[in-house]
Amino acid sequence: MLKLIGSRLLQMLLIMAVVSLVIFAIFDSDKFKKQIAVAELGGFAVSALSDQDYQAWLDRKGLNVPFYDRYFKWVAGVARGDLGRSYEKSEPVSQLLAKRLINTGMLAFWVFALMVPLSLTLGIIAGMKEGSVRDRAVSFIAVLTTSLPEIATAIVLTVILALGLRWVPANSAMVNGWDWRQLILPVLTLVLYDFGYVARMTRASMAEVMTSQYIRTAVLKGLPYRRVILRHALRNALIAPFTIIVLQLNWILSGVVVVEVFFQYAGFGQLLLDAALFGDVYVIQAATLVAVFIAVLSQIISDIGYTLLNPRIRFS
Amino acid sequence: MAEPVPVLECRNLSVSYFTRAGAIPAVVDFNLKLMPGEAHGIVGESGCGKSTVALAIMNYMGKNGAITGGEILFEGRDMRTMTQEELRRLRGSQIAMVYQEPMASLNPSMRIAEQLAEVPLYHEGVTRSEALARAERMLAQVRLPDPQRIMNSYPHQISGGQQQRVVIAMALLSKPKLLLLDEPTTALDVTVEAGIVELIKEISATFGTSLIYISHNLGLILETCNRLTVMYSGEAVEAGDIRTVFNTMRHPYTRGLFNSIPLPGADKNARPLVAIRGQLPLPHARPEGCYFGPRCDHFLAGTCDRRPLPMVPVEPGSSHNVRCARFRDIDWERAKPKPIERAPVTAGGIVLNVEDLTKHYTVESGALLIKAKKTVKANEKITFRAREAETVAIVGESGCGKSTFAKVLMGLENATGGKIGLGELDLANLPVQRRDESTISRLQMIFQNPFDTLNPSHTVGAQIARVIKKFGVERDPRKIEERLYQLLDIVKLPREFAKRRPRQLSGGQKQRVGIARAFAGDPKIVIADEPVSALDVSVQAAVTGLLMDIQRENRTTLLFISHDLSVVRYLADRVVVMYLGQIMEKGTTEQIFSPPYHPYTEALLSAVPIADTNVKKRKIVLQGELPSPSNPPKGCPFSTRCPYVMKGICDTAPPPQREFAPRHVIACHLDEATLLAMKPVITIEPATIEPQTA
Repeated sequence: MLKLIGSRLLQMLLIMAVVSLVIFAIFDSDKFKKQIAVAELGGFAVSALSDQDYQAWLDRKGLNVPFYDRYFKWVAGVARGDLGRSYEKSEPVSQLLAKRLINTGMLAFWVFALMVPLSLTLGIIAGMKEGSVRDRAVSFIAVLTTSLPEIATAIVLTVILALGLRWVPANSAMVNGWDWRQLILPVLTLVLYDFGYVARMTRASMAEVMTSQYIRTAVLKGLPYRRVILRHALRNALIAPFTIIVLQLNWILSGVVVVEVFFQYAGFGQLLLDAALFGDVYVIQAATLVAVFIAVLSQIISDIGYTLLNPRIRFS
Repeated sequence: MAEPVPVLECRNLSVSYFTRAGAIPAVVDFNLKLMPGEAHGIVGESGCGKSTVALAIMNYMGKNGAITGGEILFEGRDMRTMTQEELRRLRGSQIAMVYQEPMASLNPSMRIAEQLAEVPLYHEGVTRSEALARAERMLAQVRLPDPQRIMNSYPHQISGGQQQRVVIAMALLSKPKLLLLDEPTTALDVTVEAGIVELIKEISATFGTSLIYISHNLGLILETCNRLTVMYSGEAVEAGDIRTVFNTMRHPYTRGLFNSIPLPGADKNARPLVAIRGQLPLPHARPEGCYFGPRCDHFLAGTCDRRPLPMVPVEPGSSHNVRCARFRDIDWERAKPKPIERAPVTAGGIVLNVEDLTKHYTVESGALLIKAKKTVKANEKITFRAREAETVAIVGESGCGKSTFAKVLMGLENATGGKIGLGELDLANLPVQRRDESTISRLQMIFQNPFDTLNPSHTVGAQIARVIKKFGVERDPRKIEERLYQLLDIVKLPREFAKRRPRQLSGGQKQRVGIARAFAGDPKIVIADEPVSALDVSVQAAVTGLLMDIQRENRTTLLFISHDLSVVRYLADRVVVMYLGQIMEKGTTEQIFSPPYHPYTEALLSAVPIADTNVKKRKIVLQGELPSPSNPPKGCPFSTRCPYVMKGICDTAPPPQREFAPRHVIACHLDEATLLAMKPVITIEPATIEPQTA
């Protein structure tokens, strides 16, 4: 087990090194440098700048050394815990990142807290009796909510809950400090979108388990139906959805750009989008490292969880 | 004295499955009366409804199955009127079941202890510690070594034979009145099967449990049961006391079944098997009247195809019942099918020379940095020769290396050492990619599972024609087609089958296509890897018969890989017995089946069930399980299970090879006198031979 984690972490470092180097190389082009200058000084000022002054600006920003030099300096900084400064927001990247990660973490927490129990329960209930009314109802809702794109769900919810019923605010920018009511719409949108996928996976897994021979054995042993479901079916049925759920961690971190931007929620996805548009390379780098870290972490969690749920993997 | 109440009684039971195509009757008019302590066998081929009977007794037929008529009485109470809760209390405590595949029947993510303890916990409400103690005692009673360890294991950590013992223990925990066994040993090796059968017999003796034993194997039923029902296409066709049915069968199907299994008296030249012609009707296409009619030699239009036939007693008042309209008209002595005698074939020169062939696999375990290497000795110094037109059988249980040998021979694996001489060529290290077409076409294979070895998206004709073209037998499209039809004729398939796809064929027909494909390139040697073990008994006889006819015609050398000694005795000229990658004994079929034996051969012979009441066997039941090929015992591989084992000799040094007769070699440490003094395992008792068979 330790060996597995060790090798995964080693892989992670390797991926981080390669990805960050590639990003540095891409953002080293003149076009991106100019973009930063335009964003900072204004388009008119940059076009009025003489070549010499532009070079001087680059010097001041430390942009006219070869990218590998900058890269190594950056790596040395990262090793010391210094992630650099944002060009756009003139703020240390680590501070910026921490704020955004906390926000997205909050969002992710509530999405998971609602989505996981909901989709597992409905998936299990649907899969228990394949083809029953309950099964068909759950499957229908699941397909419906998943096939709607996040943006459509977001609009529908905003129109009904915020603009129509006026129960919740439509904007989640939280300009006046933390407000839990502003979290409701983004969370709801994500839960609706994601629940269908996980519920359908759980349903399929449960339905398969229910037709297996060991469930027949359990029923013909004369066990009460509750015991058959809770003790014999459940654990085996959870193996497949577990992996899927953990992989949602990844998605919720970097895949919720649409929702964060739509509701103007100051989260990690929004930060990444801003930085990419601006060419804010140190923010992109730091965000990428976090994304890689989360991806590998969710892999490790799913591996460990898988072996715990499935004894056949554990011992071989 | 009041008549005892039967444990189970099925009266005119009918079960149907409801599909989109309508109701499909799976079991029709089934009757059975099981007295306390009795063992009743149900025999039939796949699709005859025998498993449906068991599940109907358990009242577990899935969403689309239902009892459509008749009744099932358990100790006099009609099970159909019971509530779900009453049924639940009956299942597992009064009626228990043992299934065909032990691995699939146990929950993979629960420890054995938990799965066993549930039974007393929920049926008798005992305390947890009491339930666990009972579970452990029961594991010891089903002769599992080290019950403590088994209790703490997950199902995948123990062997198949042990798993089945666990399932049996689970079934017995509440001392049921009735035990249903649905093909309990079909997935197991013969020597392991023998142990389980022994256990089942002990159980019914000690606990007084009534048994219903479902199997396709008549020999097993004879060893375990008092009474027998033969089923065909959803109906019971013959039922009665086991010896009565075996000795004086009165249904043409039962007779056909017995004629198509290789019993000790059968011989491929003098007394070949007689297959039942035609095939099982589909459930929705059963004929009017007698379901067996179209395949029956005694079919009489107007009598057999009118109305559904009832089960009638053979003699008034007898318990031997038969569902046949003409059993009184048939002269059962004269109507014995006449097998067509064939002249024996004389073997030619040596075509295949295997010398010291060795194949080791290295298995790496561990990840990334630290790797542990382990050697699996799949084949160790295999030496034998095969002549032209000869059938050499390679016999052994799972893990004995017979399939590895086939792979090396075919060039799918490279040998680690030794040589395989095919003519002047050494094939041992010549992978199939580097063999030229004539070499490949000289060496062809028939595979075990006809269902997976044909490409589902190509027609049968295209698959055979491709082989003809590839091997350059013919190039002209017209000639290819001619050759294709010729091949279909040889394997006795209608020519229109060339246009069919594999899914439109039955198992036996697919295997015929497999044979046609193998013989398309005029091979010198054909390797048949368990070619009939996936097929039904009545089809097996037809396919083996066909295979031998083609072989005789072409003077092909047949390497017949099998675990089934009855088939081997019937069709092999020479036999090679393997155990854990090594040859234990080799010789002519005659030499192998009579003393002196290698102790493993002796046990193997004793383990094979024989469906003949005249045959007496010496009982040798091996202890323990097959060792893992990755961790074989030191010295003789058989030393851990050998009843003759000599401590300090057998488990330290490899056994010497000694020749007892020309080309009869036994690898064993026992001294010559002991080996020569061995008595035959199988004897045919002359006293009980009926005059009709003489």
